[in-house]
Amino acid sequence: MSASAGGPAAAPGAATPLSAEVRAALIERLTAMADDELLLGHRDSEWTGHGPLLEEDIALANLAQDEIGHAALWYGLRQALDGSDPDALAFRRDPDGFRSSLLVELPRGDWAFTMLRQFLFDCYEAEALPRLARSAYAPLAEAAAKAHREELFHLRHAGLWVRRLGLGTAESRARATRALDELWAALGGLLAPLPGDALLEAEGVLPDWGAVAEATIARARRALAEASIDPGFDTEVPPASSREAVSEHRRELLGTMQSVARADPEAVAW
Amino acid sequence: MTAASGPAARTPADLVAAAWEALRGVKDPEIPVLDVVELGVVRDVRAEGGAGPVEVTITPTFSACPAMHVITAEVRSAVESLGVEARVVTRLSPPWTSDDMTDEAREKLRAFGIAPPERHGGLLEIALDAPVRCPRCGHPDTRLRNAFGSALCREIRTCRACGETFERFKPL
Repeated sequence: MSASAGGPAAAPGAATPLSAEVRAALIERLTAMADDELLLGHRDSEWTGHGPLLEEDIALANLAQDEIGHAALWYGLRQALDGSDPDALAFRRDPDGFRSSLLVELPRGDWAFTMLRQFLFDCYEAEALPRLARSAYAPLAEAAAKAHREELFHLRHAGLWVRRLGLGTAESRARATRALDELWAALGGLLAPLPGDALLEAEGVLPDWGAVAEATIARARRALAEASIDPGFDTEVPPASSREAVSEHRRELLGTMQSVARADPEAVAW
Repeated sequence: MTAASGPAARTPADLVAAAWEALRGVKDPEIPVLDVVELGVVRDVRAEGGAGPVEVTITPTFSACPAMHVITAEVRSAVESLGVEARVVTRLSPPWTSDDMTDEAREKLRAFGIAPPERHGGLLEIALDAPVRCPRCGHPDTRLRNAFGSALCREIRTCRACGETFERFKPL
């Protein structure tokens, strides 16, 4: 499925005029957001045919489609700023050009790992998207409002699974705890601000990203506590891994995801 | 004023009306009993003159809906079949909501075997968990089997009364 599934966003001319510095910073931030969605969607899609239950196989396929659709929204906003082609960004960019966070790059692991990872990402979107929907940059606000409505289904699904895992058996709780240990170390990289975010916040384009991070952690802690999964962490945002660092996981993921497109660059979408 | 490319001159209002009519022929590729107008996907139709161009504004149901590629292409073709240039604009705001579907569309869905989304007026979480009538027998005692179905817009349910397993168009 091509990355431009959602179609272009607002018509040209609808965007607020931006200074060169703000435009550059916004492009970086949109790329990071889009890359996170695209890679997470790919990881979700890896469960197709391997889900523990038929219903969950279907659920993960739906989640993957949604995440990739949201990636298309953010790539589309970038396209309106610099003319870049979403399909080229998704399928022909080298790993060192991506700005995804380690959290979404990590392999799918076992079911507990996938559910905990999805849950943490959904917590972040539940806090980021409604705040982004108030952005001074109208195209971003509109896209965030649209994505936020659809994220409700994600949070319900992941939230239910966190409870099942935490309140299920000793094994399910142990697997959830093990997953959280690894994911918590990567959460900082997802929530950390980019160099250009301060300027975007000053312009009202981005919300207070520190507040997004704090709210995400608070939401996650509450739900994990209710599921009897002891986070074993304090409220400080853990040290961040840089999005510019190319993890082996990113290489492996893109190597697979881009392989068909790279095998025949002239192929026309059907 | 230039002559229309059709057999007789049209006013812009005539052209817009003809365009709306033509768009009723564009069906949802996955639910072919519904057209994009009653689905609430077509937001606006404008014509600058009786000879076009005609600008159609559409909005996606779900942002990742893959049917939007086909729908966009068919909307363009429908307008071009009137002999005028077509411009298709996609807008995300205000976001599509299942409340934008007409009552006729809801009845067509039910007759097709898909339980329609109830009107929610923004109270989405309440609508999601409200009783859903079986499209086959009408009984309200149906059970959610999967919050996700064969498309982004659907969930899977089973009727406790007649045993039918069916899909429901999710309220959004």
